[in-house]
Amino acid sequence: MIRARNLPFAATVLIFIIAYALCVMQFPNMLSTRVVGNLLTDNAFLGIAAVGMTFVILSGGIDLSVGSVIAFTSVFIAVTVRAGMHPAMAFALALVISTAFGALMGLTIHALSMPPFVVTLAGMFLARGAAFLLTTESVPISHPFLDTLGDLFFRLPGKGRLTFLAMLMLAVFVIGAIIAKRTRFGANVYALGGSPQSAELMGVPVRATTIRLYALSGALAGLAGIAYTLYTSAGYSLATVGMELDAIAAVVVGGTLLTGGAGLVMGTLFGVLIQGLIQTYIVFDGTLSSWWTKIVVGLLLFAFIVLQRVILLFHGPKGKPARMVPAGG
Amino acid sequence: MLIEVRAIRKSFYGVTVLDDVDFTLHAGEIHALLGENGAGKSTLVKILTGAYRRDGGTMRLEGAEVEPRDVAEAQAMGIGTVYQEVNLLENLSVAENVYLGRQPRRFGMIDTTRMEREAAALLARYGLRVDPGESLSAYSVAIRQIIAIARAVDLSGKVLFLDEPTASLDAREVEAIFAILRRLRDDGLGIVIITHFLDQVYALADRVTVLRNGKLVGSRATRDLPRRDLVGMMLGRELAEETHARSAAAPVDTPAPIRFRGMGKTGSVAPFDMDIRPGEVLGIAGLLGSGRTETAFLLFGIDRADSGSAEIDGSPVTLKSPHDAIAHGFGFCPEERKADGIVADLSVRENIILALQARRGWSRPIPRREQNAIAERYIRMLDIRPTDPERPIKFLSGGNQQKVILARWLATDPRFLILDEPTRGIDIGAHAEIIRLIDGLRAEGMALAVISSELDELVAYSSRVVVMADHRQVAELAGEEISAQAIMAAMAVEAA
Repeated sequence: MIRARNLPFAATVLIFIIAYALCVMQFPNMLSTRVVGNLLTDNAFLGIAAVGMTFVILSGGIDLSVGSVIAFTSVFIAVTVRAGMHPAMAFALALVISTAFGALMGLTIHALSMPPFVVTLAGMFLARGAAFLLTTESVPISHPFLDTLGDLFFRLPGKGRLTFLAMLMLAVFVIGAIIAKRTRFGANVYALGGSPQSAELMGVPVRATTIRLYALSGALAGLAGIAYTLYTSAGYSLATVGMELDAIAAVVVGGTLLTGGAGLVMGTLFGVLIQGLIQTYIVFDGTLSSWWTKIVVGLLLFAFIVLQRVILLFHGPKGKPARMVPAGG
Repeated sequence: MLIEVRAIRKSFYGVTVLDDVDFTLHAGEIHALLGENGAGKSTLVKILTGAYRRDGGTMRLEGAEVEPRDVAEAQAMGIGTVYQEVNLLENLSVAENVYLGRQPRRFGMIDTTRMEREAAALLARYGLRVDPGESLSAYSVAIRQIIAIARAVDLSGKVLFLDEPTASLDAREVEAIFAILRRLRDDGLGIVIITHFLDQVYALADRVTVLRNGKLVGSRATRDLPRRDLVGMMLGRELAEETHARSAAAPVDTPAPIRFRGMGKTGSVAPFDMDIRPGEVLGIAGLLGSGRTETAFLLFGIDRADSGSAEIDGSPVTLKSPHDAIAHGFGFCPEERKADGIVADLSVRENIILALQARRGWSRPIPRREQNAIAERYIRMLDIRPTDPERPIKFLSGGNQQKVILARWLATDPRFLILDEPTRGIDIGAHAEIIRLIDGLRAEGMALAVISSELDELVAYSSRVVVMADHRQVAELAGEEISAQAIMAAMAVEAA
């Protein structure tokens, strides 16, 4: 039986399956491994960033810096590789910077007890500004190492390819799901999202958890930046503006409570895939404006917020009687 | 001796909250910690459980001096706490709540299966059969409270603090929790419980410690302590028998212009009758949690009565909201000045004209000149200091804030004024002034109802005194019957 708290996740999966079935009915070609493979590859950077966002939202916070950090990372890699650095080294440096940046935001949020919204908004401007500081032009990069990564794929039955980027995203989702559900850090994140006061009284290390949480989001934004660089083979400081909002939408459509405390990392994968599916449908249709993606995502967001309210109403406290037998028995 | 505390001191912003308090807890003992609001009991508990740091004094746990820096450290020492509401996380599963922060792990990963099995086994020992994987929000408050106790005991194991663990439970649930606590005591745990219910103290506790105004009043074995003496300890015994002299003058046989008949609200206050006459002060006595404030809320329409009726000048009225009550000429100064009374950032003048403006309706603003005149009149009349009407009220002392709230209602020229603990938290000088004011208003023919836990005060100014216990009126005293002794005797009457 599905537990009440997993209902939004089940709804997301169901919506994805139904939507995909409807697409296939109209365009039978959409039922192919090629479409699925592209769906994963095209949304890899969004998916990776959305995993970090899932953790942040589960804790009751928000991270608005994601889009800017992705742009900064891609520009940083492009500029350093152009200057002659090996891409692997550039990747490592980019990850260190983005992780430290996230940790610093987490520390600020905790130490000043500021709303995450405000602190990460500042982070968003900082990272974007830093990207412009490096360069304002679009810097193309090419390097044998990047070509190797690009050529790395599994051939799927049919004509599809499971690319390196798709594998990277799926791995991040799997590891993210394990961290969320099977580690003490993950449990602490859920605890913070439930109630920071109670969590603290129950001995959750609030400071350490907050710092690690935003460091994780920063690191994954950095990794998403790497994925984005591989995907576009360029670094551009105006790229991925507002991408954090797509990530937030994916998290919420994926069934995570925007107020924190409930949700699943794997739900976010389906949240990302639903967004990707709509875009694919628009490409197949050929006549629709791509802005329809935004409209449908907006409607889905509304639907999910309503769904969460309804579930809270029907499964509030005292829903379930427990059997109480005399103590000592 | 499990816990031995000597001469603990704590102050906040220069206000002493605990003043040289001693406290001793033995293993295998249930110890009730009692005191009215502001007595310092929650501060003491917070120091002992690591939530606050003490300013002075010593604390020994099993003979060794300790100073827990935070809740986690106190837990590690063996001191666990169960708070009234905010203790567990509704969004986590039962098992996660029990083992948060110490989940069993295998290869670095949480072993959920084992965690849920152990949680089920642990809770079974407390007589609970629950699905450990279900989220906590699915269970009732009583079940959660037992889970919280199980967690705290499992985590700490020596001392258990409970802050009003039964505040929102019904009688059967309370008994279930008491049975658990008695069993834990018999297993050798030291248990400290904060409660407002005297019946519970006598049903459960072996020993009672009473605090009053941050000082230790005494610590006694429950068995040797008659109820009356316990009430006396809580309210302070420096009571002069003969303070009651004059105010009973009003003729009691005139028909009351404001009458309440059978007013009550299920779960809040049992139905009561009340007559309000001009030129009388009706004192409302009772311990904290006896339903005094709830009574005031009914009279003023803050809570809606679900039984009974009100009658003013012979015609029936309904009090659905404070707005109705104000329209009938009622005024109410609440107990929680900070929360319910003052608007901290507004000036003294703005705070004073608030109720008057509300009565006129916000579409007809009081002209500024008139506002100034009103503010200045009451600042002079009540001797509010500083005298600047434009100073934000948050910069005034407690006594002066109280006077501003009083002025707010006096400005509406009420026929019936309800005061809830008008002298709480203000210094002795202001105390006497407020009492003089109450007496003066009565002499001018106003009808007043005053709630107070200061018995000698009540005796001094009340024409009649209603005594409350366990959410119902247990006695009404008039004229010569009014004395601190009689009030305490009425309070101590055991619940039927």
